Order: sequence, then structure tokens, then C-alpha cells
Amino acid sequence: MATVDIKSPKTQEEQLIETLGFDDHFHDHHEGDKYRSNFINTYVFSMDHKIIAKQFLITGMIWALIGAMMSLVFRLQLGFPEESMAWLKPVLGKWIIINPETGMGTLSQDFYYALVTMHGTILVFFVLTAGLSGTFSNLLIPLQLGARDMASPFLNMLSYWFFFMSSLVMMYSLFLSTGPFSGGWTAYPPLSALPQASSGSGTGMTLWILSLTLFVVSVLLGGINYITTVLNLRTKGMSLWRMPLTIWAFFVTAIIGLLSFPVLVSGFLLLMFDRGMGTSFYLSEIFVGGQALDHVGGSPILYQHLFWFLGHPEVYIIILPAMGLVSEVLSVQSRKPIFGYKAMVFSILAIAFLSFIVWAHHMFMSGVNPFISNFFVVFTLIIAVPSAVKVFNWITTLYGGNIRFNAASMFAIGFVSMFISGGLTGIFLGNSAIDIQQHDTYFVVAHFHIVMGIAAFFGMFAGIYNWFPKMYGRFMNETLGKIHFWGTIIGAYAIFWPMHYIGMAGVPRRYYKFDTFTSFSQFDDMNKFITIAAIITFSFQVLFVVNFFYSIWKGKKVTTQNPWGATTLEWTTPIRPGHGNWEGKLPTVQRWAYDYGKDGKEFVTQVTPMAEGEVSGDDH
Amino acid sequence: MERTIPGKYQNGKEDRFANNLNRNKIHPQKFALLVACGSIMMMFAAWTSAYLVRKAAGNWLEFQLPPAFVLSTVVILLSSLTLHASYRAFLKSQEKQYRYLLLGTLALGFVFLFCQYRGWTALSQMGIEIGTNPSGSFVYVLSYVHAAHIVGGLAVLAVACLHAFAQKLNPTPKRKLRFELTFIYWHFVDLLWVYLFLFLLSQQA
Ligand code: HEM
Ligand SMILES: [Cu+2]
Repeated sequence: MATVDIKSPKTQEEQLIETLGFDDHFHDHHEGDKYRSNFINTYVFSMDHKIIAKQFLITGMIWALIGAMMSLVFRLQLGFPEESMAWLKPVLGKWIIINPETGMGTLSQDFYYALVTMHGTILVFFVLTAGLSGTFSNLLIPLQLGARDMASPFLNMLSYWFFFMSSLVMMYSLFLSTGPFSGGWTAYPPLSALPQASSGSGTGMTLWILSLTLFVVSVLLGGINYITTVLNLRTKGMSLWRMPLTIWAFFVTAIIGLLSFPVLVSGFLLLMFDRGMGTSFYLSEIFVGGQALDHVGGSPILYQHLFWFLGHPEVYIIILPAMGLVSEVLSVQSRKPIFGYKAMVFSILAIAFLSFIVWAHHMFMSGVNPFISNFFVVFTLIIAVPSAVKVFNWITTLYGGNIRFNAASMFAIGFVSMFISGGLTGIFLGNSAIDIQQHDTYFVVAHFHIVMGIAAFFGMFAGIYNWFPKMYGRFMNETLGKIHFWGTIIGAYAIFWPMHYIGMAGVPRRYYKFDTFTSFSQFDDMNKFITIAAIITFSFQVLFVVNFFYSIWKGKKVTTQNPWGATTLEWTTPIRPGHGNWEGKLPTVQRWAYDYGKDGKEFVTQVTPMAEGEVSGDDH
Repeated sequence: MERTIPGKYQNGKEDRFANNLNRNKIHPQKFALLVACGSIMMMFAAWTSAYLVRKAAGNWLEFQLPPAFVLSTVVILLSSLTLHASYRAFLKSQEKQYRYLLLGTLALGFVFLFCQYRGWTALSQMGIEIGTNPSGSFVYVLSYVHAAHIVGGLAVLAVACLHAFAQKLNPTPKRKLRFELTFIYWHFVDLLWVYLFLFLLSQQA
């Protein structure tokens, strides 16, 4: 596969690399493709960053489908609590309880909570962290920096396999007779600390911690590699200020991950000690089943601090890669340089820094001293500034552009829309006085699904449609892609927009049923509407998956090296690059990554030398 | 840091993929290790801040750290000195010093673990079990998890000793790098303990 599928005369870029490239003698002492000698080494235990990227992506997609189907089940419960779920018995087994007289099947309450918990955990960690950052950091860091592979291909491979093991453990926990963990994706004690607290708090919770600990190892191994690669393996001429925004985003994401995930582990370890060793970090003499625990003086708030010290940066770990992908796609597909490149970089850095000092905005209602809350309110609201800079720059990039409306760019534009809508509700929540009313209501659910869930998915879709040709040498079907886009954006707003109203009326999240609150019955129809919208939106995602796999084998073939007319280095490799990415020399970089529409040329690749007297595009 | 010959770092197969631009003047593997150390440090930083938060909340049992922990601190500091001396000898091709100082470091590492063990038993004799009060639980958790990192360090040192005794001393860049990686990690776990010890000491009444 290392050879070019279509034999064509050398492209201009290939000639440039041949004359100006940097000879690292890669092929002199590189024993053919030793690692790719058989199927196992090529596709399973591969060390090629491109294959590892696909492994992350496909594992993430499988999890996304599972997680989404879980949400459909609990949405059915919320939208149609009176309908029988007996038809789900073959899938969910004992979790559907059949009334012997009426034959009516109801969803077990324990399992409802397990579904909500698993949905959150899976989507936040497995899909939007591993599936998004894992996929695109792996694919693009070496390709866009002009490197042969990651700094340590071996650790990179381990990173995927730790994720895989973590996935297996979590998957296994779904089939426990006591059910998986059911105390919410944030795993607050006491539900997470007391094995007897609920049916999922026993083995389910043990496996949950184990799985997430393996997951953190995966993130750390990946992150160490990404940072080292960015700092050490950039090709000649690729100064930090010439890196595409994707790389900046992945780089900063990795740094955030390395600083925050260990804190999560430290929180988990204390949790394990409380569970198994009789310590009282989080547990105190609370009453369970009428009996006081023999734990003394622990504080569940301590866990919340440790959790959210990761938890808030985590939401940026999810969104920054999406932002990077969107910046790149918007620039490429609107044929314009990104507006305010340096401002974009500085806002990424500012967001990263601020993300570490706002965690307690998740704890306004946890009994934190209101004076301390003020501090967190201020910094939380300041995050809106760099966020607004980014939004402004995306819109300005689009403005007056020669936009190609294809699936990639539409999803990128959709991302901007979602990020604005969700960011605005963040500003409501960031005020502690307003949050007293909104906390733990559907308003929060709407906020974070729009700003993080949907927006990050849109960034991921934009990335997939845009880089699919690089991954598989074929295009995804455009028509299906556009249908996917319209179905998803309309569907997503239909699901989450109404939740703002429900939340403002005070309807709490994480409730199995609202029939004891007569005032909430006014939302019955709205809940039905949301559930139906969710089912329809899900069907559009099935369409995407079909398109994805169909296109891998049957999609339109890529026949030119640089189908989008992009400037970055990944499009100077062969159409289907082998392990090592470039066949001869490494490209050297002559200019920044966004020379579009410059001096009468539609685009100028990064390997093209500056013309005599040409002014660099990046100094404004 | 010396420059490598074009096209090759002489260490490890993986470097087939590294270009030789030597961007950072620091070897990628060394850099990666330092990043990893930073990450581990974050975990301990989280615990020491949790310690402060939890302490401020009251219901906190005061007790004196057992003297075994003082001893272990001295021992681990010594081990860093011997490792340093061994590295110097390695660079100067003094085979004997290199080998035995390295072995000494490994031995001191084990002595450290033994001192920690004595510390734990002393705590328990004082009536401070892991579940007694968070003030004690923190000491156990910090020293247990640190000890786990020491065990990793001992494994690395053992491999280094194996290399030292099985091969003739020949400071190739590859062996030098390997030594330096061992060196960085061991100094790191050493300093980490010193930090934890001083922290716990400073928190005593
Ligand atoms: C202008 C920026 C933002 C502000 C001011 C903001 C503020 C807040 C606040 C105060 C909460 C807590 C609400 C509560 O529980 O009562 C919250 C929840 C949340 N936010 Fe944001 N947010 C912003 C942007 C984001 C972004 C960009 C993401 C993710 C990419 C995000 C993800 C989340 C998540 C996941 C939660 C809920 C976690 C949970 O309780 O399960 N937010 N946000
Ligand atoms: Cu937050």
C-alpha cells in the first residue's frame, strides 16, 4: 500500500520536496516496511500513526452508537413513561420489568440511572476524548508537521491498546447482573464510595474506576507523545508560528490533559481507599438504611474539587481539537486565510489557562463559600472573551469567502452556530446567583449538550469529511453528507432548544419520572417531541455510519494529491501514504499555513518558497 | 548535548522515525520522560492540596511523623548522590566505580523501601491505622503511591545494573541516553519524596 495508487507524473509539490526537501536518510536504513510485514502488524498492533488514528476513530464510532442508543432508551422513558417497553425485553432482559397482569413492561429505575451514567461516561471520555482527539491528533500531528511518525510509535500503539482495554472493561460492566455504575458520569460520593449505596455501586463502580484509570493511562501516553512530537519532530522551517491551528489545538489539548487527568486519578485513588481500605476521605457518619456509617469526618466536597479540577479542563480537552479542526476546515473551504491567526493561538492559550481556575462553577450549589464563588464567577465569565474572539474570527474568515458548501464546511459552520448558542447559556450559568435556580435542571443539560456534545460532534464530522480522502484515498458521498448535516443540525436544535424552557421552569435533570410534580405535566408534550426528535436525529447518524463504511470501499477515488487545494503538508504525501509518510525526502516549510488567495493565486502550499519580494502572509 | 550523526540517533529502533533536526537540543525520549514526571507531580500536587483543604475542615488528628521517615529521607538523598557519582564515573570510563556505585544506589533504594515499611509499622504502633483519621490516611496514601513509583525506579536501576555488569563500559550515545533516563527518573522520585516529607513535616503542629 506504500505505493501511489494512480501513477502520475510528479506533482509540483513532489518536485519541490525533491529539490528543497530535507534528506533524513529515512529510506537508507529503513528496512522496507518491516513493521507492516503481515496483517497483525499492519492493522492490529500497528505503530503507524495513521492506522492508530483509524483505530481510535472506529472504536469511538462503535461507542458513539452504543452511547446514543442508550440515550434513546432513557428518552423513551422520559417522553413516553406510560407506554410499555416490553418490546425491549429481548435486548435489555431483566432490566425491563413486566407486570404479570397487564403485560406492561417498565424500565427498571436502577437501569435508567445506569443508562444515564454510561451515556455520559461513554460520550465524554470514549467518544469525544479518545474518538476525537485520539483520532485527529494521531492523524494530523505527524502529517502536518512533516514528521515520519510520532516521537514514540510504540507508546502511541500502547496508548490505543490501553484505550481498548479500558473499553473492554467498561463493556463488560454493562453485562453485570447488578448492572454498571449508576451514580452519574461525575461519580460523586457517597454513591460512588459506598459499595452498598445502589446496585451499580458495587462491582459496577469498581469496573468503572478500573476502566477510567486505564483510560487515563491511554490519554497520558498519547499526550506525552503529542507534546514531544510537536516540540521535537517538526520539519525544517516549521516554526511554531507556522503550525496550522489544528496542531496548536492538539498541542494545547495534550498539555491540559497531562496536567488535569492525573488529578482525576488522585481523586479516584482516594475513592478506592474509601471503598476498600476503610479510610474516610469522602465518607462521613451519614445514615444509610437507618444506620450511621462508621466513617468519620470525610468530605464529599473534596471529591467534587478533585473531579472538577479535571472535569472543567476536560470539556476543553473535548472542544479545543474540534475548534482546531473547524478553523482549518473553514479556512480551506472558504479559500481564505484564517482571520487573526495569532489571536486564534492566543485565545487557545488563554482558554487553556483559564480552564484551570474556573472548576468551582460546577459547585455553586455544593455549599461552597459564596465569597469564593465570586472569584470563580469572574474567571468563568472571562472565558467568554477568548471564546468570543474565536467566534468572531471564524465568522470573519467566512465573510466574503469563496465558500464551497460541502459536508465538511457545513459542519464547520454548524459548529460555530452551536458554539454560540451553547456559549451564551454558559454565561447565564456562570453567574452564581442565576445558577442557584438553573443548577441540575434541564437548562444545564441543554447548555452542555449544545456547546460540548453537539459542537464537538460537528467538529469531528467536519474533520472526518475533510480528511477522509487522506485516510482512505476516497471521498465520502457528498449528497448523503449534506443530508446528514441538515438532519443533524435541525434535529439537534429540536432536541435541545426546548430543554432550555423545561429547565427554566425548574425541571430537574436525572429524574426517572415526573408524575408526582403536577406542575411539570405541562411539559409532557414537549418531552414527547424531544424524544421523537432524538430518534429521528439518531437515524441520520446511522446514515453517516453507512456512508462512512460504504465510502471506505466504494467511495469516489481520490485522483489528485491535493483534492481540496489546501496548503498544509499532509496533502504533499502520496495519495495513500505508507509508514513514514513521504517517499523520499521530508518536505521543508517555506511559509505559514494559510496562504489562500494571495497575489492572485488560489492557494500556495507550505513547501513553496517565497517569491522574490513576497511579503509573508502571517504578519497581520 | 552532542549532535548526532545525520540520519541516526543511535538509540533504539524507534528512532528510525525521528528526524535529526534536534530541535530542542534535548533528546525526545528525555523530553517525554520529563513531561511524564510533570504529570506524576500533578497527581501528588492534587493530594497535597486536598490535604490542606481537608485539614482546614477540622476533625483532624495531630501526630508526629515516625523517625523512620527521617531516616528514609536521608537514605534516598544518599542514593541520589551515589547515582550521580556513578554517572560521573561512567562518563570518565571508570568502570569499577561506575558499577559499584550503581549497585550501591540499587541497594540504597531497597533500604529506603525498608525504612518506609518501618515507618508504616511505627505509625500503626502509634495507633494510626490507615482508616483512623484522614490525617493519617493521607500519610499512608502519599507514601504508598510514592513507594509504588520507587518500585518502578528499582526495576529500572536493576536493569541498569545488569547492563553495567554484563557489558564492558563503553559510553556510546545509546548507553549514555539510557543511563540519563534512569538518572532523571530516580532523581525525580527522590525529590518527590523530599517534597512530600517536607510538606508533611511543615503540617505538623
Ligand atoms: C462561555 C463559556 C462557558 C461558561 C461561562 C460555562 C459555564 C458553565 C457553568 C456555570 C456550568 C455549571 C452549571 C451547573 O451545573 O449548574 C456549566 C456546566 C457545564 N458546561 Fe459549561 N460553560 C461554558 C462553556 C462550556 C464549554 C465550551 C463546554 C464544553 C465544551 C462546557 C461544558 C459544560 C459541561 C459538560 C457542563 C455540565 C457538567 C455536568 O454537570 O454534568 N461549557 N457550564
Ligand atoms: Cu466548567
